[in-house]
Amino acid sequence: MEKFGVANSQKYDVYASRLMPREEFFTSGHRSCQGCGEALAVRWVCKAIGKDAIIAHATGCMEIVSSGFPQTAWMHPWIHVAFENTAAVASGIETALRILQRKGKLGTPPKVVAMGGDGATTDIGLQALSGAMERFHNFTYVCWDNEAYMNTGIQRSSSTPFGAMTTTSPPGKQSIGQSTWKKNMVAIAVAHGIPYVATASPSYPFDLYFKVKKAIETPGPAYIHILSVCPTGWRSATDLSVRLGRLAAETAVFPLYEVVEGRYRITIEVPKIRPIKDYLKPQGRFRHLREPEVNFIQQQILERYELLLKKCEAPYPEFPSLTPPEEGI
Amino acid sequence: MGHREGMEVSIAVSHAVQLARAEAIAAYPITPQTHIVEHLSGMVANGDLEAEFINVESEHSAMSACIGMSATGARTYTATSSQGLALMHEILFIASALRLPIVMTVANRALSGPLSIWNDHSDIMAAKDIGWIQIFVENGQEAFDHTIMAFKIAENSNVLIPTIINMDGFILTHVVEAHNFVDQDMVDAFLPGYHPRHTLDPKYPVTMGAFAMPEIYTEVKMKHQVTLMNSYEHIVKVWQEWGDRTGRRYQPVERYKTEGAKTLLLTMGCLGEVAEIAVDELRAAGEAVGLVKLRLWRPFPFADLRQALAGADLVIVCDRALSPGGAAPPVLAELRSAFYPLSSRPQMLGFIVGLGGRDVSPENFKDILKRAQEESSHGPTQEFYLYGVRG
Repeated sequence: MEKFGVANSQKYDVYASRLMPREEFFTSGHRSCQGCGEALAVRWVCKAIGKDAIIAHATGCMEIVSSGFPQTAWMHPWIHVAFENTAAVASGIETALRILQRKGKLGTPPKVVAMGGDGATTDIGLQALSGAMERFHNFTYVCWDNEAYMNTGIQRSSSTPFGAMTTTSPPGKQSIGQSTWKKNMVAIAVAHGIPYVATASPSYPFDLYFKVKKAIETPGPAYIHILSVCPTGWRSATDLSVRLGRLAAETAVFPLYEVVEGRYRITIEVPKIRPIKDYLKPQGRFRHLREPEVNFIQQQILERYELLLKKCEAPYPEFPSLTPPEEGI
Repeated sequence: MGHREGMEVSIAVSHAVQLARAEAIAAYPITPQTHIVEHLSGMVANGDLEAEFINVESEHSAMSACIGMSATGARTYTATSSQGLALMHEILFIASALRLPIVMTVANRALSGPLSIWNDHSDIMAAKDIGWIQIFVENGQEAFDHTIMAFKIAENSNVLIPTIINMDGFILTHVVEAHNFVDQDMVDAFLPGYHPRHTLDPKYPVTMGAFAMPEIYTEVKMKHQVTLMNSYEHIVKVWQEWGDRTGRRYQPVERYKTEGAKTLLLTMGCLGEVAEIAVDELRAAGEAVGLVKLRLWRPFPFADLRQALAGADLVIVCDRALSPGGAAPPVLAELRSAFYPLSSRPQMLGFIVGLGGRDVSPENFKDILKRAQEESSHGPTQEFYLYGVRG
């Protein structure tokens, strides 16, 4: 599969799926809800990182559905410590691998991957993640963004989109639901000057697969933000999860792009942006929105997408080159 | 055998960590722990210690990183104090539940508010139930010795419980003392490399930190409790071996002039040496007083304490922390609880001393003894006494 590359995989997607690794590292039998986009994303990410990796996972939906003692869905060495510290745990793992290798106790060190939900990443775990990126650990952080605290019963997070109904941002006589805009976690990651940042979606599995491959091969920190459709929390039909992921990209609500060494690039081009209604309508969490709010969201989405395109066209990167001089520092 | 050298106790502790060949350190600066981690990062920077040192962005992340390091198979060390220990609190329980033999120095300091950087035991007493082995040291030599021994205790395959060495902030961390050092060969013979059975290794993948349903949670906690209590024999064995090699012997409960003493003082940490002076003077004056020093706080040494306090009529427990609104300060509460089932037990009175760095002198101990004996003679007027408080 690797020799075809991402461009061809999209072109020949009928065949491409047959060429993906057959080995499963996230096994069946876990307890996720029907139609869980996150479980789909985990499965693809684990395929992409391959056998030789260690995973640190934050508390959350995915931890709960996959690791009830005495069972586990994880074929990788896997550790869960707490909610807000998975990037710090991964820092420790990566640091230990470095010293064990230096002392000759270990050959080629495995890849280190940290995973957490949007709450664990954009809210409670932001400090630990920022610290780990700043210290420039060689690890990949994957955020499963289902846009609310689904595990505790659909409470709003800073990643919940504007207007969405959650149990703690309910629409009412004086509220339209979530009143703030979704935190731009990708821009925060880029601002740390790390070499690889990307958005991805399991609705575009080849795009996701190659981004994860790139991320783990990149020396230094990498961050991947994955939109994970949640039928339970989004109040959407369970058979629409893949479709909703595609609509998120097609309406430019969740554009798929990467930022390599500070340079933005759209990876899934959308020739014609679909109206936002196509994305909002199948989701019960947006059912209460009236036309003025929908129009406002539409206008905001398009403006934000325009700004993203401008960043992609920018002749200069977001930060200077990371390559150290050959003679060393 | 090693040499004798005067240096600040914090620096001696960093040398102990160096001699123990710690491989991975994650720490965040907090007064009065800073000198330990400063010297360790200097050693790493100069190549004097083959280790990785990461400067994390909080104590919460320090303990989290230590868990990652230890789970990957590196010998792991950190140090903290006060607010830092409090910030770690959540993760401390997980470190012990995951059975990772991390060694940590706690430079004991008061908890805010009001903010106080000075010494008392309120930080560790708020963390007494974290499931770690907890040891208190009295002077620089003990801090040095116990730091090396802690690795051997924690890493024993029958123990695998993280260990805290408590040393009083400033009063001990920042004082210059003479230390008898040991040489590297001796430490290498005493403390072999760390080779854990289960690590995060793609060749033998394991899931660590799985969640437990009510059917299994109690059993996991029971296993932890039994192992922690059973670690007592391994702790004593390690101290015994150290004693054989160095001549410096340690007991879970130390006695000082307790023969025939009807009144006993009980202290933890470096107040012991101050109390010794008071006991010496009173003994010279013919009073039957003695001192008991509690070194091993977790696992609680029931038998040693019952034996050490057996002959006394009155025990004065000197706590360095308050349990606001509680039945008694922490050490007094535990001692009373441990002695309650016995048919014959000494009277126990509690004095809280030295909060937030307030100095405690030998004269204070003499005063406490006098006052406790008076209170005992006519029956205590208070549940416990906040010694020296004004207003």
